[in-house]
Amino acid sequence: MSQRQVLQVFEQYQKARTQFVQMVAELATRPQNIETLQNAGVMSLLRTLLLDVVPTIQQTAALALGRLANYNDDLAEAVVKCDILPQLVYSLAEQNRFYKKAAAFVLRAVGKHSPQLAQAIVDCGALDTLVICLEDFDPGVKEAAAWALRYIARHNAELSQAVVDAGAVPLLVLCIQEPEIALKRIAASALSDIAKHSPELAQTVVDAGAVAHLAQMILNPDAKLKHQILSALSQVSKHSVDLAEMVVEAEIFPVVLTCLKDKDEYVKKNASTLIREIAKHTPELSQLVVNAGGVAAVIDCIGSCKGNTRLPGIMMLGYVAAHSENLAMAVIISKGVPQLSVCLSEEPEDHIKAAAAWALGQIGRHTPEHARAVAVTNTLPVLLSLYMSTESSEDLQVKSKKAIKNILQKCTYLPALEPFLYDAPPNILKHVVGQFSKVLYPLCQNVDFEIRCEASIIPLDIQIHFCRGWTAINHLITEQSYILILKFTAE
Amino acid sequence: MATLARLQARSSTVGNQYYFRNSVVDPFRKKENDAAVKIQSWFRGCQVRSYIRHLNRIVTIIQKWWRSFLGRKQYQLTVQVAYYTMMMNLYNAMAVRIQRRWRGYRVRKYLFNYYYLKEYLKVVSETNDAIRTSFVRQKERKLVIPNCLLAHCFNHYPTISTDLWSARKALEEFAEMKEREEKKANLEREEKKRDYQARKMHYLLSTKQIPGIYNSPFRKEPDPWELQLQKAKPLTHRRPKVKQKDSTSLTDWLACTSTRSFPRSEILPPINRKQCQGPFRDITEVLEQRYRPLEPTLRVAEPIDELKLAREELRREEWLQNVNDNMFLPFSSYHKNEKYIPSMHLSSKYGPVSYKEQFRSENPKKWICDKDFQTVLPSFELFSKYGKLYSKAGQIV
Repeated sequence: MSQRQVLQVFEQYQKARTQFVQMVAELATRPQNIETLQNAGVMSLLRTLLLDVVPTIQQTAALALGRLANYNDDLAEAVVKCDILPQLVYSLAEQNRFYKKAAAFVLRAVGKHSPQLAQAIVDCGALDTLVICLEDFDPGVKEAAAWALRYIARHNAELSQAVVDAGAVPLLVLCIQEPEIALKRIAASALSDIAKHSPELAQTVVDAGAVAHLAQMILNPDAKLKHQILSALSQVSKHSVDLAEMVVEAEIFPVVLTCLKDKDEYVKKNASTLIREIAKHTPELSQLVVNAGGVAAVIDCIGSCKGNTRLPGIMMLGYVAAHSENLAMAVIISKGVPQLSVCLSEEPEDHIKAAAAWALGQIGRHTPEHARAVAVTNTLPVLLSLYMSTESSEDLQVKSKKAIKNILQKCTYLPALEPFLYDAPPNILKHVVGQFSKVLYPLCQNVDFEIRCEASIIPLDIQIHFCRGWTAINHLITEQSYILILKFTAE
Repeated sequence: MATLARLQARSSTVGNQYYFRNSVVDPFRKKENDAAVKIQSWFRGCQVRSYIRHLNRIVTIIQKWWRSFLGRKQYQLTVQVAYYTMMMNLYNAMAVRIQRRWRGYRVRKYLFNYYYLKEYLKVVSETNDAIRTSFVRQKERKLVIPNCLLAHCFNHYPTISTDLWSARKALEEFAEMKEREEKKANLEREEKKRDYQARKMHYLLSTKQIPGIYNSPFRKEPDPWELQLQKAKPLTHRRPKVKQKDSTSLTDWLACTSTRSFPRSEILPPINRKQCQGPFRDITEVLEQRYRPLEPTLRVAEPIDELKLAREELRREEWLQNVNDNMFLPFSSYHKNEKYIPSMHLSSKYGPVSYKEQFRSENPKKWICDKDFQTVLPSFELFSKYGKLYSKAGQIV
């Protein structure tokens, strides 16, 4: 046979391989084909093709593997079991940028499913090569490597620590400063996932100088980038007071407040999460947030959102009001209480209602002025109905009970207390009557009335309150309440 | 002597009388004795009683004096105690006054300044309003901040408003930055519009013979639009948007069967249409003629840059056979490790003038299209007509 015919055989084989691997890569984009591919044993075939001579076939095989592993975790486990990872890691260091992108894609796809798979990736030494990829010139390679590192670091603290030990954090900070928006996004999300596990990791991120760069980029118009940056800053600041102060020193206020007005829901949610994490640590930080006008911005943000996006804002108001009575007064004058009561009545979800009830309790518990401000908006009957209703979850019941108790202990605003006399259960009623007695008793001490205390189905403490109050109550309350109290005593 | 006589006359009876008198008295003696005793006892009793009364009076006086002495002593003590209590009450009252004043002062000065709090809350609400309006008014490009209140606050309570002041400042800066960006964007948009207009109106440019609209001879100097038109590139006609049909190559032009059928229109012909008259040709002949396959000439069959494509393909095939992408250097160049020193001609930045630059002047700004003209060799038409001519002249038998 002539040489040409021999070479033709090889050419045909190569063409067939190229076509096969391209078709597999294309089929792997559609989920319905993947089952069939798996049953046909595509894994082992692709594994041999990864070692092919021709670079394009290698790259396409890696791409196909990545798409398959991306689909579900059985396939990802199959990738790990077939010992594909060491080969990928080895060639990651040497090949050209298309191969690096594809290999990083495979590592990302494998690492995203579970911590064990991510541990397998770390065990075969992929972290060092991924970090080397982060230093590459091509932004696509950097993006793929950063994405893979992000998915590895996402699962738990040990894996994040492994990623940090490989020296990824300074390179990620450099990646954030690159001009490509996609790369910035991925780098910011990687830093966010690293910092979220523990204070030490967050401190590492801060030490690498990430906070200043992240804070500068808040003004970027891209919504997804803002969302990742705000998430990163909130993960950093949630761990301790020092970290929160460092984030604040990067001058994020009042720029962050503009993010609260953004059109994108996730940006608003993350911005209010960030403000909440900062405000919850100490009264000074809450004061800083209030001084920057953050309370008004958060209240407007709550008003414009629905559902779970409101939750961080509601919690932020609760934390601010919990620190001191001046801050609670600041929340009240920023018109926070009507908004919170709207949330309480409107929202269908129980955990959001519980958060709103808790926040109202924190606002109203300081002084009679605060309790009056809460009671005037007619939230107390709503809280009572939530406490009494059998459909509310236990958490909601507990929180609304605490809120009612805290507010009632300071409330001297009688028109709000009157409805409580009608349908409150005994454990709340005793507080109500106690408040009445506190308010009315010194006013009417000179009125002479017989004290009538019937025998005790009524427990003793109510009786005591009642004795004091009965002398004074009579001609100050409405007739209906009078009848009710007579009925009460007659029982 | 008479008495004596009398006495002697009576002497006999004296004895009887004596005895009689004594015995008469005997019953009375007891009575009288008793009486005497009674009298004596009564008298003694009176004596004693008066003595006792006397003693009582004396004792009363003594007791009176003693008791008054004791009472006065007690009184002194009582007075002392009362005095003491009164003084203590006075001191307490004074101390309460002092403490009241001091505590009010202390709370007001060091712990809690009510007016400060009021001011602070007022300023916080003002800041909130400013933030709420600043986002609304960004579109109207106005930022109204009530500065009078802030100034008053700043004077009285310098500490609280520093944070708020800096917050306001930062917000103002941010609003200004947004304004500037918007203005820049507007300016750029207007520039683009003007440029596009100039490009469209390029034909209104004045020539040497005919002055254009904007270059009237009666004006001192041409209109600025004239300069704009001179700078603008003429706009080419917008190419009609061709719908991307499925690109079928020349070889499988007949592959799709839908092209072999008669063209169908959406509207059906009317029912009453008269049948077309006349002998019709055979339908297969018609279709054959209509859908005769394209027999492209040699010139059309190959793409215009076939040479370049063929070279690329050859290079690709050769690349497939490479084991290593790096260039293989011959071993003989291993010991040639001297650095190459280029000659003077090559090391200066002033090279020889290329042929094109010498004889052609180019002005890339006036180019309509980005690419230069291509040299295309024409093909031989003689070869494409081979076997397709009707006449048999010149054919080899």
